[in-house]
Order: sequence, then structure tokens, then C-alpha cells
Amino acid sequence: MNVRLYLWQRGTAALMAPLVLIHVAVVFYATRQGLSAADILGRTRGSVAWGLFYTAFVAAAAIHAGIGLRTILAEWTPLGARGAALTATAFALLLAGLGARAVIAVVMP
Amino acid sequence: MTEAAAGDLSVSIWRGGEDGSFTTYRVPARASQTVLDVVTHVQRHIDPTLSYRFACRVGMCGSCAMTVNGRPRWTCRTHVSKVAEGGKLEIAPLANLPVIKDLAADMSPFFEKWQAAGGAFAPTLTRADPVEPIRPSEPDRVVADAGIECINCGVCYAGCDTVRWNADYVGPAALNRAWTLMNDRRDGAQRERLAAVAADGGCHACHSHQTCQDFCPQSLSPTGAISGLKRMATRAYLRGELKP
Ligand code: SF4
Ligand code: SF4
Ligand code: FES
Repeated sequence: MNVRLYLWQRGTAALMAPLVLIHVAVVFYATRQGLSAADILGRTRGSVAWGLFYTAFVAAAAIHAGIGLRTILAEWTPLGARGAALTATAFALLLAGLGARAVIAVVMP
Repeated sequence: MTEAAAGDLSVSIWRGGEDGSFTTYRVPARASQTVLDVVTHVQRHIDPTLSYRFACRVGMCGSCAMTVNGRPRWTCRTHVSKVAEGGKLEIAPLANLPVIKDLAADMSPFFEKWQAAGGAFAPTLTRADPVEPIRPSEPDRVVADAGIECINCGVCYAGCDTVRWNADYVGPAALNRAWTLMNDRRDGAQRERLAAVAADGGCHACHSHQTCQDFCPQSLSPTGAISGLKRMATRAYLRGELKP
């Protein structure tokens, strides 16, 4: 961990904190209102706001988890610094890809 | 001097190098006995080939640290009565360092990292210049003074999990030292030192476990010093003064 990675990890954490709260609030709202999947998709499809919201969420989560995993792998496995960095980068890209797929499915009209 | 306390102690002491093992000795228990007294008794009266290190015996030099019943401690100021469990002591060399022989750990990595983290003071004046007055009440001096009493015993280094897991991590004592110098305005290597502690293996590798300050016999707070460095390095990075 160096100052650049540290800042990215803290920065994405700070970004995710309000996003998680909004996300959880939306989950509560949807379940309390008894919204069906079709109702929800009706509101999210074509919405630029929800698209930006979840894209930011996915990007922040992928970066944050990637940096954290890099440290865990470097400290707790015999992968070494380089191996840990490569594995963690691959994992972050996987998360970003899966997240992007979900965002596209929910917001694309 | 002191009358014998009841019974004997059963003392297991690490003998040999990395692949050594514990040997158990019986040592008479005495009042006000320190762990260093116990080790010294074994060397003087039982086995003169036992290797260990000490110098001052009063908690100033930092050379006597060992692992006592699983925890790193300064042995000259550790009373047996405080740490012996059922009259048993297990004494090993400091952890996280190579073993030279018996209770003597190789401190080279500790001091090499201390240097790598910019532990050396870089003077900006010569001896021909007048001494620069610094009042003890100056805010920077107050911060530096809080960490200045480190005796380089290595107890924090031996107790830090991050040191154990991450071979590149310079450790709490080196960073505590760097922090005192970053708050010393007579020092002329501020930029280089900050770059050194902000790199991989520097202050940002610390997980803030606080084991170091829990164990530090001088009651210093390396964790606090490290968070100070993290803040300082982060600010410098955001201002574009650091390129990791
Ligand atoms: S606070 Fe940092 S330096 Fe101290 S024991 Fe924990 S990881 Fe090590
Ligand atoms: S910070 Fe404390 S435990 Fe660490 S080397 Fe200095 S005096 Fe020893
Ligand atoms: S012998 Fe000097 S600190 Fe213990």
C-alpha cells in the first residue's frame, strides 16, 4: 500500500458510504411499497440518474475491493507483491464487468 | 541482598539458531527478580554458553528485549512476578527478526528499515552556525517530543502483525522516528523522508492494530505517529508534491 492506493481506497469508501445508504433506503422503499420487478424496471429503464448512480457504485466497489484484496493476498498468501497485484486487478475487472452487466440490464431501455 | 522467594522457577530458554529448541532450567526464585536476572543466572551459574544481549539494566539502552511467555518485553524492567505463569517462564529471542543464537536476534533488518524510512537527521546548519533556539512549547516540538523517547528496543517491531505478514513493511519504530523528524524544523530531508514513508511498505501499510503502542515499554504511540504520517503524506500527494 502506498499513498496513491491509500487515497483511492479511502476515497471510494467515502463515496460508497452515502451510495450504500441510498441503495438500502431504495430496497426498503421497494419492499414496503410491494413493488414488483416489472414496477422497478419500469422506473429504472432509461433513467440516466439511476444509470449514473449504479455505475458510480460499481466502479467504486471494484476499485475499493481490488485494493483491499491486493493487500490481503500480499500479506496472507505466498503470491508475492506482483502476483497479488495482478490477481487483485483481475478480480477488480471481474467485479466491474459483472457490475456493468447488472447496470446495463437494469437501466437500458 | 534479597531473601529467596518460595520455590524455584521453571525456565524454558530458546537455544540455538532458527532451528533450535527450548531447554528448561531450574532457577531459584527471588524477590524483585527481573527476567534479565533469570537469564543472567542461567548464564553465570548453569550454562556459560548462553548468548543474550543487555547493557544498561535500567531501561535505557534498548538491547535486552526478548519474547517472554509469548510477548515481546524489555527484560531488565520486567519483573518475574508480573509475567511468570505458575512459576513458569518461556524466554525466546524477539520475533520477526532472524535468530543469531539463543536469545540474540539479529537487529540488522530493524535498523536497515529505520534508515530506509529516513531515520537519520539531515542537518541544515554547520557547527560554525549559532544554535537555533527551539522552544519546548512550539506545536511541532510538542508533537516530536511525544515520540522522541524511543530506545529502539524492537518490542513494537516484534509485536506487529503487519511486520510479520509484509516483509517490506518498515515497522512502527522506524515510522515513529520518521514522524519525530518530520516535526523537526532543523531537518533538511523532509521531502525525501516523506517520499520514503509514503511508498509501498511505508506508513500506509499499517493496519492501526495498536499492538505496538500496547507493548511499547516507553508508552509511546507509534500508531499515532503513523496516522500523522498518513495525513501528512496524503496532503502532500493531493498537492502534487509526492509521486509514488
Ligand atoms: S498500529 Fe501499525 S505499526 Fe502498530 S502494530 Fe498495528 S500495524 Fe503494526
Ligand atoms: S517505539 Fe517503543 S517499543 Fe518500539 S522500539 Fe521504540 S521504545 Fe521500543
Ligand atoms: S538492558 Fe538496557 S534497556 Fe534493558
